Amino acid sequence: MTANRKNSREIVEAGLARRRRKEATFRATGMLATAVGVIFLGVFFGTLVMQGASAFKQTFIKLDVEMSESVLAPDGDLDLAYADFDGLVRDALRRGFPAVSGRKERRELYRLVSVAAGYQLRDELTSDPSLLGSTITIWVPASSNVDMLVKGNIDPAIDESLRPISDAQAGWIESLQQADRLETRFNKALFTNGDSREPELAGIKGALMGSFYMLVVTVALAFPIGVAAAIYLEEFAPRSRWSDLIEVNINNLAAVPSIVFGLLGLAVFINWMALPRSAPLVGGLVLSLLTLPVIIIASRAAIQAVPPSIREAALSLGASKMQVVFHHVLPLALPGMLTGTIIGMSRALGESAPLLMIGMVAFIVDVPGGFTDPATALPVQVYLWADSPERAFAERTSAAIIVLLGFLLIMNLAAVIIRKRMERKW
Amino acid sequence: MAGMTEMKITEEEAMPEARSADSAVEPARHRPMGATARKAVERVTELGEQTVGEVRCENPFIVTENVDVYYGDNHAIQNVTLEIGKSEVIALIGPSGCGKSTYLRCLNRMNDSIESARVTGKIALDGQDIYGSDLDPVALRARVGMVFQKPNPFPKSIYDNVAYGPRIHGLAADRAELDDIVHTSLDRAGLLKEVKDRMDEPGTGLSGGQQQRLCIARTIAVNPEVILMDEPCSALDPIATARIEDLIDELSQDYAIVIVTHSMQQAARVSKRVAYFHLGRLVEVDETDKIFTNPRHKLTEDYITGRIG
Repeated sequence: MTANRKNSREIVEAGLARRRRKEATFRATGMLATAVGVIFLGVFFGTLVMQGASAFKQTFIKLDVEMSESVLAPDGDLDLAYADFDGLVRDALRRGFPAVSGRKERRELYRLVSVAAGYQLRDELTSDPSLLGSTITIWVPASSNVDMLVKGNIDPAIDESLRPISDAQAGWIESLQQADRLETRFNKALFTNGDSREPELAGIKGALMGSFYMLVVTVALAFPIGVAAAIYLEEFAPRSRWSDLIEVNINNLAAVPSIVFGLLGLAVFINWMALPRSAPLVGGLVLSLLTLPVIIIASRAAIQAVPPSIREAALSLGASKMQVVFHHVLPLALPGMLTGTIIGMSRALGESAPLLMIGMVAFIVDVPGGFTDPATALPVQVYLWADSPERAFAERTSAAIIVLLGFLLIMNLAAVIIRKRMERKW
Repeated sequence: MAGMTEMKITEEEAMPEARSADSAVEPARHRPMGATARKAVERVTELGEQTVGEVRCENPFIVTENVDVYYGDNHAIQNVTLEIGKSEVIALIGPSGCGKSTYLRCLNRMNDSIESARVTGKIALDGQDIYGSDLDPVALRARVGMVFQKPNPFPKSIYDNVAYGPRIHGLAADRAELDDIVHTSLDRAGLLKEVKDRMDEPGTGLSGGQQQRLCIARTIAVNPEVILMDEPCSALDPIATARIEDLIDELSQDYAIVIVTHSMQQAARVSKRVAYFHLGRLVEVDETDKIFTNPRHKLTEDYITGRIG
């Protein structure tokens, strides 16, 4: 017996080194995996911020504009809608650079300033008609190519024919900088404008509102339906082959590629129910279908996590099934349900494929004002801008991604806070 | 001992009509009983159809006749006949899985929530068939309260825990009446002194013993006629257990109490009668003293002396 005991002790001790080695290897592997993940994440966010940060700034040029009546109203009466405000901008530029002569050079000069300058002058005059005839000093957005050069996204050292800014333009920009007539400011247009062909005018407000309306529809539909379905399946439905079949199908539905839901939306909501295409209403309907399985699965898990002892306690006091569910199960399961819903919503917010199918990929300049107005969504806007050839859209793509990620972060943070706040110990 | 058994047999033989429904199993019962009668020291050894001892009682409040419970194909309780009197404490004992908890849960139809469970036979509460189609389990459970093995207060305040039952049944007309019910119930459960200054604190923040007394207060707040207790002290320390046992003693003045317990000492301390279950059968029922000093069935003897269980 003693010999035997000693023997087993030796065996255990001999194996210890091997066990420790295995544990160390496993830990190292785990740390390596985590490090790789963190590095990828860092690279992703790093490039995104590096590329996108400059889009939150925009270059502006200071112009002394004479609100000349002879340009705006050559035949006497002023029609703000058709008046030649661009002509005023051109006049101001010509006066700023009197040395520039010749049709070609002048056209190059005019291209320093965005087409938005004319609209800005019109807005100024509309709000204060007394400005007519006077000279005002105004900051107008530079064109996107000037913006790119100022931000260093265009290398002035490369051959003139390979860059969108000519040597002459670069020279004028330099002289503007020296005269303190050029500076970069916060790019308000990015948040107040809809989409545009001109990068310096393009903003994400349209896409943001489109996403907002869609999420409203999605929450309003998917949350109540998902929670009701989960409660019914967990608490009331008899266990049978049918409920098993439904369960399997809900789980499968959560894994269906999202574009399939887009096709379904196209066929059912647009072709059959004749709802308007490109509308947040249809987008919201499609995204509800997409998030329903996620919400149902999360809600069922939350209901299952409610300890059966609570149910039994309520039942034994004479509570009816409904009372058990609404007084005890639901309050305890709600944090989990809300977390699942918010996770489903963040998935819906980041979804683009199904929206392509229902026409939300269209170029829409107006900011949507309702559920049936044509709209796009944030991820679709990213797709649209990433597809544009202008250099200035590249940084705006990154900026839109940063905004999208910001919203996702806020939503996930809300999920964590809700869970922490509402979680009760039992 | 032998004399008593013989007397019982004569009594039953004297009224064969009353047992005519059982005629098929009658011989099976007689054989072991007869054997006991001949040799006084020898005990019933067979796990037969019939229960040894006295299943009937004076002034019965709950009457269960030939109750069988199936979980799917599993025959969990077989042919249990037992009467439980008004204001008596009856302890159900037996090894794990013998069906005592299942039997207990038949009495307030808690087995209803298990889909595969099927109950046959007759269970009557104060003469009313509780499995009858005209009886709502909600109404039944207001009359038959239950205390569980693990204290399970709601994650609500102490007050709301006790007030929940009266609220859902509408027992209190106004807030003052509800306050009164809550206070009386907590007082009867011996908890009022400890919690009266912190009624708004969560019930889950109390100690295990206090939680269990809170659960008892919650049960008696509904003013039931019977209290079922499923191993109410198994999660508690000896001091908390002693308090609960004292409480059971006090409550037995007003309620019929059916308690499932694994502790023989507890059964001996709190109960008037003891029922011993084995493999889904009710083996023996009798006065507590008789069961513990002189069990008539070999299995009962083995269990209480610690040979099985």
